[in-house]
Amino acid sequence: MTSTQRTSFPRQGVRETAIAVKTRFQSASDVLSDCLEEIARCEDKIHAFNLVLDNQARQRASEIDDLIARGIDPGPLAGVPVALKDNICTREIATTCSSKMLERWIPPYNATVVAKLQDAGAVIVGKTNMDEFAMGSSTENSAFGPTRNPCNLDYVPGGSSGGSAASVAAGFVCCALGSDTGGSIRQPASLCGVVGVKPTYGRVSRYGLIAFASSLDQIGPLCVNVGDAALICEVIGGYDPRDSTSIDEPFSGLLDSCDKGVDGIRVGVVTELLAPASPDVQAAFTKCTDKLAAIGAKVDEISIPELSYGLAAYYLIAPAEASSNLARYDGVRYGLRVAGQDVESMMRATRSAGFGPEVKRRIMLGTYALSSGYYDAYYGQAQRVRTLITKAFGRAYESFDVLLSPTSPTVAFGFGAKQDPLDMYNSDIATIASNLAGHPAMSVPFGLGANNLPVGVQVMAPTLGEAVMFQVGAQIEGLAQ
Amino acid sequence: MTDQASRGKISREEVVHIASLARLGLDDGELDAFTRELGAILDHASTVAEIDLRDVSPMSHPIALSNVLRDDVLDECLELEDLQSNAPDFFEGKFRVPKILDEP
Amino acid sequence: MSSDSLEGWDLVIGLEVHCELDTNTKLFCGCPNSFGDSPNTNVCPVCLGLPGSLPVLNSRAVDLAMRIGAALHCDIRPSRFHRKNYFYPDMPKAFQISQYDAPINCDGWLELTTGKRVGIERAHIEEDTGKTTHLGESGRIQGASSSLVDYNRAGVPLVETVSAPDMNSAQEAKDYVSELRAILVACGASDGKMEEGSLRVDANVSVRRSGSKELGTRCEIKNVNSLKSLGKAIEFEAARQIAVLQQGGTIRQETRHFNEDTGETSSMRSKEDSHDYRYFPEPDLVVISPDEAWIGGIRSGLPPMPAERRALLGSKCGAGSPGTPSSNQVSTVVAHGLDALVLGALDDGADPRIALSRCANEAVARVDAALHLAPTSFSRLVTMESVGDITATQSKLVLGEMLDEVDQKLEELGGSTGGFGGYFEVDPEAIANSKGFEKLDNTTLARTLDDIVESNPGEWERFLAGDEKVAQFFVGQMMKSTRGQADGKAVISLMNARRDKKG
Repeated sequence: MTSTQRTSFPRQGVRETAIAVKTRFQSASDVLSDCLEEIARCEDKIHAFNLVLDNQARQRASEIDDLIARGIDPGPLAGVPVALKDNICTREIATTCSSKMLERWIPPYNATVVAKLQDAGAVIVGKTNMDEFAMGSSTENSAFGPTRNPCNLDYVPGGSSGGSAASVAAGFVCCALGSDTGGSIRQPASLCGVVGVKPTYGRVSRYGLIAFASSLDQIGPLCVNVGDAALICEVIGGYDPRDSTSIDEPFSGLLDSCDKGVDGIRVGVVTELLAPASPDVQAAFTKCTDKLAAIGAKVDEISIPELSYGLAAYYLIAPAEASSNLARYDGVRYGLRVAGQDVESMMRATRSAGFGPEVKRRIMLGTYALSSGYYDAYYGQAQRVRTLITKAFGRAYESFDVLLSPTSPTVAFGFGAKQDPLDMYNSDIATIASNLAGHPAMSVPFGLGANNLPVGVQVMAPTLGEAVMFQVGAQIEGLAQ
Repeated sequence: MTDQASRGKISREEVVHIASLARLGLDDGELDAFTRELGAILDHASTVAEIDLRDVSPMSHPIALSNVLRDDVLDECLELEDLQSNAPDFFEGKFRVPKILDEP
Repeated sequence: MSSDSLEGWDLVIGLEVHCELDTNTKLFCGCPNSFGDSPNTNVCPVCLGLPGSLPVLNSRAVDLAMRIGAALHCDIRPSRFHRKNYFYPDMPKAFQISQYDAPINCDGWLELTTGKRVGIERAHIEEDTGKTTHLGESGRIQGASSSLVDYNRAGVPLVETVSAPDMNSAQEAKDYVSELRAILVACGASDGKMEEGSLRVDANVSVRRSGSKELGTRCEIKNVNSLKSLGKAIEFEAARQIAVLQQGGTIRQETRHFNEDTGETSSMRSKEDSHDYRYFPEPDLVVISPDEAWIGGIRSGLPPMPAERRALLGSKCGAGSPGTPSSNQVSTVVAHGLDALVLGALDDGADPRIALSRCANEAVARVDAALHLAPTSFSRLVTMESVGDITATQSKLVLGEMLDEVDQKLEELGGSTGGFGGYFEVDPEAIANSKGFEKLDNTTLARTLDDIVESNPGEWERFLAGDEKVAQFFVGQMMKSTRGQADGKAVISLMNARRDKKG
């Protein structure tokens, strides 16, 4: 067959693996060996990883096996192989953001989520490829080459967490963490046919997540099923004193919500987010809502016109914050330095060589939006739109428990298909509103669209509404089978 | 709303100025491309600039938290080796940079 | 320049004073806030601006900032932080986290010792930058081949107090800084050490024709590291501006650098676009919104401020009106937080004049040790001098040794005075005894005087004839004979008694 055939398939899930390891049905080392074999077999075609941690992972897996042999519970993720998006800091392990700027940077500290995963018994297998500094929707903006969609290698995996989505879809790992600033977990999850969750802003600590747009960024899991994603959220979530925007609320009981059904749940289909979708995606989506209605959900359409301003507001706020967050890459303390006559030329040369075109474009856009004379018209105005959208969502959630839309307006597209930046930005049209409002949202695979590529359904919920989001997500997953 | 914003376009000179503010050295090709692309993006963004939102307050945080503070207690510092191994130019315990022409 | 050349012109001065807060840790991370440690040892991912790190606000810094606001009669308001974006090697994140449109303290005032009130526009919280040193012959930025950066200071909490342009002379500006410094020390917010950079002053100076209501174009003078420099810098700058205007020129609004060596200000090279800081709300921090209870606690917990303490000490010492020597001593003592020493001695019935002198001169010169000297010990020393057990000269020597002992004990505690707030008892009598300082009785003194008069009959005749100057000759001879143990005043009164008896 040609390369268009599906390369590999998702492996068993997080919970299944943990149970197998804990009950000594399978050792953590064997689980890992399977993963590494699969990676060895297919990674050169897919390029999900920037770095595979062969030795460190083997050592960790054997530690887990030792614990179990001594009767000690390694935690809920015992021996579960996990991949991390390469913008999540790992102590003594390169963290590059898929940028030449950080190609040789070794963080001296762990992100909070990394410590939490390790404490839960997970085995970190590698760092996944991404759009440079998480800016993109296809993983084509990686300085180290694109990732391919395991469902069909001729198509992009989406982005920016494309490597994370591909690593799960290809069966390299049971779970991967991604980050979502405007859809960067949900859109690639949708395009690769896996589950992706962006929790409520503040649910998961951002400490150690290399910032793109601080008021929008949120870490979340990509998994093969909804229940696994719920478990991972419970593990990585919770209050962190190192993140001032961390929410001090319990983040538990999500797994239980997955079994509650949708009888009487009010589901709103957002007109403005459904309309831009291609016919194949609309068809799959409508099938999903029909089936939801058939099992007792109250499905209705709702128009939220304010959402049509979301994309424009997002593409002012995110670049503005990014222009500031990425200013620290100046060649002085770490990362790339390109020589210059004086400090300013050194900084300019470093930044010109270290950043790719999309990163430069957004830094330029953000610098402009914040610059003297334009702040009120652009950044200030975009922040008001943010309020507008949040309030509109608030009104919608008076009538609905969750809101639904396609995650991405299209199925996976081909490499180089979206040359025009605006065209690419439109990939995020359905996902960015949740980031602007700080609300939780997830993508659940449902059926296939054009070219037999996966379609994802987005479930959105109000702030801290993860329980009902997982409740509905789990039913959609059931209906898809 | 300023006139510039309503125009929704950006001149090549402005692009040069913005690049200088952002410490990006752009070649002629990049300047042309960015002038065109930023113009198109800002055109799109001007849909936002045109809405009357005088009565809407800006939202800089998705969550309304206040008074998040830590106690004034010592935490671990980094080792000098951690700094040195990542530093492009480390000299006598300090980060060395080429000569500085301007005061901050 | 003399103040005469200001004739026909008014000087308008506003000051921005950056004060490093006396916290254990930095503003947004748990690294030590300490001066003089080896470079880049007090840094962590947060203050080094490593990718992925996040700031968390130090509660003590907020408390101290609010205390400063309360002491300056400010409104204490809900506040938030902005990012001030600019590239400079000493700025780890390429932005400074600072309060911009919503500072924690606004609209206060400070009263100078002259009674004049200077408005306080704001006193806000921000983080300090790292420190740059320049390699090359001059050690200055100009002509340096390269520069080195130490980030130990990066992230140290600062409060920037911005005055209204209410001062009209270099002296007033100096008085303002002295008083502000005393208030900051009294609040426990700062150690007030200008020489270590704990307090840094920028001066906004403009001139206008006398009687004119309109403000002239101002220049901001940076790098003013002492009160003396502040006075010189303002006077030079005012003269410069007047000269420019008198020659028909105009003043350009700019930042100027004060050169300590030449006493001149010069234009700083800075980029045209460097002031487009692209401020926006810091998304990694949340608002500070102190409730009434918090603010009330800060206000009620505020210790007495220098003005109040000066009034108390002045009245107890019978000090004269502002400007008199005794009043100046009172100000000095209060500014250094040593009032407790003097008040303790007064309670024990010591001579106020002596207590004030020892404190304002000898103790203030060694303030770090003096702050840890038990008031009872100081009181015993002053009493010894007051009753004439030891002479003034001896008293100064004994106090010196007492403070040596305090220093020694502080060193035993680990050399850091920052954390230790206690006092040490030191026995002045033991020190006086060990040095053989014993009170000479009047009989012994009189006998010594007799001997000296006998060997110097001519000088004694001159004294009897009313030559007051020759009295000092006898005092000197007496000192020599008693190896410094004789008290000058006691000698004079003995001489007077001898003259009156003979007469």
